Amino acid sequence: MKNFQGKTLRWEWREGGIELALDHEPANEIGTAMLEELEVFVGAFGALAPETSSCIIYSARKSVFSAGGDLRELYHQAVSVPEKERPKAIRSFLGRIHAVMNALDAAPFVTIAAVHGACLGGGLELALACDMIIADKMARFAFPELRLGFIPGFGGIPRLKRDLGNAVVRDLLFTGRTLNATRAHAIGLVAQLAGEGEALRIARSTAAQVAKYDPVARAAAKEFMKPIPHEELRCEIEIFCELFTRPEVMAALKKFDEDSGPMPYLP
Amino acid sequence: MRTLEQTTREVLDLATKHFQLPEGSLAPEDDFFKRLGIDSLQTLEMLSRLENHFGIELPDYEVQGVSDFKTLAERIQSRL
Repeated sequence: MKNFQGKTLRWEWREGGIELALDHEPANEIGTAMLEELEVFVGAFGALAPETSSCIIYSARKSVFSAGGDLRELYHQAVSVPEKERPKAIRSFLGRIHAVMNALDAAPFVTIAAVHGACLGGGLELALACDMIIADKMARFAFPELRLGFIPGFGGIPRLKRDLGNAVVRDLLFTGRTLNATRAHAIGLVAQLAGEGEALRIARSTAAQVAKYDPVARAAAKEFMKPIPHEELRCEIEIFCELFTRPEVMAALKKFDEDSGPMPYLP
Repeated sequence: MRTLEQTTREVLDLATKHFQLPEGSLAPEDDFFKRLGIDSLQTLEMLSRLENHFGIELPDYEVQGVSDFKTLAERIQSRL
């Protein structure tokens, strides 16, 4: 499937490269709808791989790469099942997300996240599954999950730890603050810094360079340099389920869900 | 070293330019959420604009609850 037009994203294959645009109102939240289409995308890797050297993931929405997991949907799903069954329901959703992120992490081509605007929570976790992040200087990165009483659940902590180390994870987790692109570049989270509105163009130029190299050597280098931290990812799911289903989190999410103001509730 | 007045003026100028408002239409005491009608994503955009301009990092928690340009300028000043 070289081209795909879904409800939340679309991709196009052109001259050995895939460009996947996230385009889901209002802020590319990753919920069931996007997950289903991401599953279609990673399901197409086998067919795309022989002719593909790179994949760029970018956002077609203004001011945001992705605001992360769809917390409102996750909250409604959680409260729609009896309390005892919540961990199982959450675990099932996370299992699917992790399968997608792991497939993207090990994609048989080079993956580039071209980021502009807010890249938060699950959005950052999606970008972290890519091989490199190219960011517009207006981009901002954060893991705000602790502000609501849980941890990132789409594989972000083990991947950030793998790529940058524990100190960065702690800074982002314990403060929930957003890092600007310059800082993110300085600590190595961002591979290349782009001028305003230039991230996609620079990602395309990078993809063109990537395409020049021998695919066998490229795949071997990726496998060698980017092991998937399976054990930590499994732990992350367990900790997430344990924290997420607590009454305190449900109460915080209820407040977040009910807040229709310009600044959704975050403690 | 900038004075607080200079910092405040630069903050107002940046916001005026960023939100494409007529020159001189913002005042230090203005509530920027009410005055500009901005949402959380636009707030983050403005934060990036300010950090890039002043060459500082301004953690979100330091500006949480701040809604007027004067107090925002004070927070920036403390990082210069």
